[in-house]
Amino acid sequence: MPEMTLIDAVRAAMDEELARDPRVFITGEDVGKRGGVFRATMGLYEKYGEKRIVDSPLAELSIVAIGIGAACAGLIPICEIQFADFIHPAFNQIVNEAAKMYYRSGGAWNVPLTIRAPYGGGIGGGLYHSQSVEAFFTHVPGLKVVIPSTPYDAKGLLKSAVRDPNPVLFFEPKKGYRSIKGEVPAGEYTVPIGKARVARQGNDVSVYAYGMMAHYAVQAAEQVAHEDGIQCDVIDLRTLLPIDKETILASFKKTGKALIVYEDNLTMGYGAEIAAILCSDGFEYMDAPIMRLGGPDVPAVPFSHPLQEAFMPNPHKIAAAIRQLAAY
Amino acid sequence: MTALTKTQLSRPSAQLSAETLLEMYWYMLLARRTDERAWVLHRQGKIAFHISGMGHEATQVGAAFAINRGVDYVAPYYRDLALCMAIGITPRDFMLSLFGKAGEVTSKARQMPSHWSSKPHHILSASSPVATQVPQAAGMAFAIKYKRENGLIDPNDTSQPRLALTCLGEGSTSQGEWHEGMNWAGVHKLPFICIVQNNNYAISVPIEHQMAVSHVAERAVAYGVQGVTVDGTDVLAVYDVMRDAVQRAYSGEGATLIEAKCYRLTPHSSDDDDRTYRPREEVEEAKRADPILRYERYLSERGILTDALKQEYEQRARKIVDEAQRYAESAPYPEESSLYEDIYA
Repeated sequence: MPEMTLIDAVRAAMDEELARDPRVFITGEDVGKRGGVFRATMGLYEKYGEKRIVDSPLAELSIVAIGIGAACAGLIPICEIQFADFIHPAFNQIVNEAAKMYYRSGGAWNVPLTIRAPYGGGIGGGLYHSQSVEAFFTHVPGLKVVIPSTPYDAKGLLKSAVRDPNPVLFFEPKKGYRSIKGEVPAGEYTVPIGKARVARQGNDVSVYAYGMMAHYAVQAAEQVAHEDGIQCDVIDLRTLLPIDKETILASFKKTGKALIVYEDNLTMGYGAEIAAILCSDGFEYMDAPIMRLGGPDVPAVPFSHPLQEAFMPNPHKIAAAIRQLAAY
Repeated sequence: MTALTKTQLSRPSAQLSAETLLEMYWYMLLARRTDERAWVLHRQGKIAFHISGMGHEATQVGAAFAINRGVDYVAPYYRDLALCMAIGITPRDFMLSLFGKAGEVTSKARQMPSHWSSKPHHILSASSPVATQVPQAAGMAFAIKYKRENGLIDPNDTSQPRLALTCLGEGSTSQGEWHEGMNWAGVHKLPFICIVQNNNYAISVPIEHQMAVSHVAERAVAYGVQGVTVDGTDVLAVYDVMRDAVQRAYSGEGATLIEAKCYRLTPHSSDDDDRTYRPREEVEEAKRADPILRYERYLSERGILTDALKQEYEQRARKIVDEAQRYAESAPYPEESSLYEDIYA
């Protein structure tokens, strides 16, 4: 099986979907000749032409709105927002329009739209190239929110997103675009939206994470297993909305101890909902206070390297939190 | 009977049959009588909300008759009662929406009234924040062009949508969404028509506080699209400029911005009181220039609309509106369980 980077897997998924269905097209800033600023669409313009790989004007809400209209008119758009930080001008189109279209038309107009955006910090991107925006959208019924952490899942989930009849936000951990590598089968397979993945098995502590943090969580779990003999169950959530409560609770039932890791600001972040699920539906399994490790509650990730590193969770910080929880 | 001038004869509307001219009159009248009934129902305390299209009927019906109704895509705004009726929304559909009753076809009674949608008629579902539909309609037009260029449809297949039409008020052109939609339409030469129904007020704010240009259509230059201003109280004048725009869209020549000047004969909505910002003389003058009266005069002068026919239309409209109201009043409310339907496709 060929080994691929995360971004190669993203590209492979789009390539295969473009080849599979002539209704699939890509639009976004610099997705054409340039192949995307992260090179996610590299080579697709040459292969599929300017009629299907469409450079958009530099206006994010229009990228999403054009996608909504095109989706309602029978196409299957893949819209790229260059950085998740730039998705906010499109917030109204995503939250008020795409998410509500099916409900507000009584189930008549659905929006088969995929919005891809690189997200997350640790890459020297400062306040506006580092944000984690998932919690804004996981609050919105009608949307699906997917964040892969492995190349295998990136390809399989993105193909599922493209085929989904609903609007799917597909956030890609850009710090891992080239550093995360893994085996990816050539050709057709999909990974279902709505299912978390048990990334590592253990009976002592459950670690819930997604995206780059899932990758770090596995590293931290290996470290504490090796150094402290603590065995972690690591749950890579993969789909944030809809939530896979079953897998989340099954792990907690086994360990009774939960650490939730995310790089968004801690307060009102996605981990708060996981904690609430564990409290309400998993109370009888609980063996320790539920613990969250997130970014600090400062407006965004600063540019200066030491400040950035102080903001970001990393394997070392995660390992420390696991030890603290295991000792409870 | 007054003869048409030479210029008038060369207009596309001169080719319309008496039957079609009367059908246009019928939809203007039906929309007006339905609209008036909604105001009465509101004043009687029977419904919670109404937003009116009175005064805009000529623009909307002129536009509807120029496109392939029910086939071409339409992304309307809240004043488009006459437009949507001419395409296929019925007084019964509208009454069910006013009352929020079960069987309401546009949204299962989830949306406030006048938030149109009908997929069978290719009317895109509309929301409340203004101008959101403009870039979406550009997206629909983009899809049409995409399908043509990628061989997914035959460009001459009249059973397929060949353009996307969207409407909004002049106040809504202050939104960035309008700009972004117009820009796409220009850049990609989309089969797209945007009608700005310019009634001079964004609720209470007069046009001079919304824009520094004297005509919305002047902005077309900035997007590289055709721009035209038309008297929106003249249904046939609107039809004529629309036919040009439709031909441009169908033949792949690009988008058109039409500014239709009209007047809102009522307050913005049932919750508004326009006496606080519009002089009564101005409203009275507009009522004398009512687009429906104007069209009645035109049809009468040409012997197309007789008094007897007018009476017959009035009676028919009244009967339809009465029946629609009765049906909606006696219809049940939606089941509570429907709250949870249609979240995901």
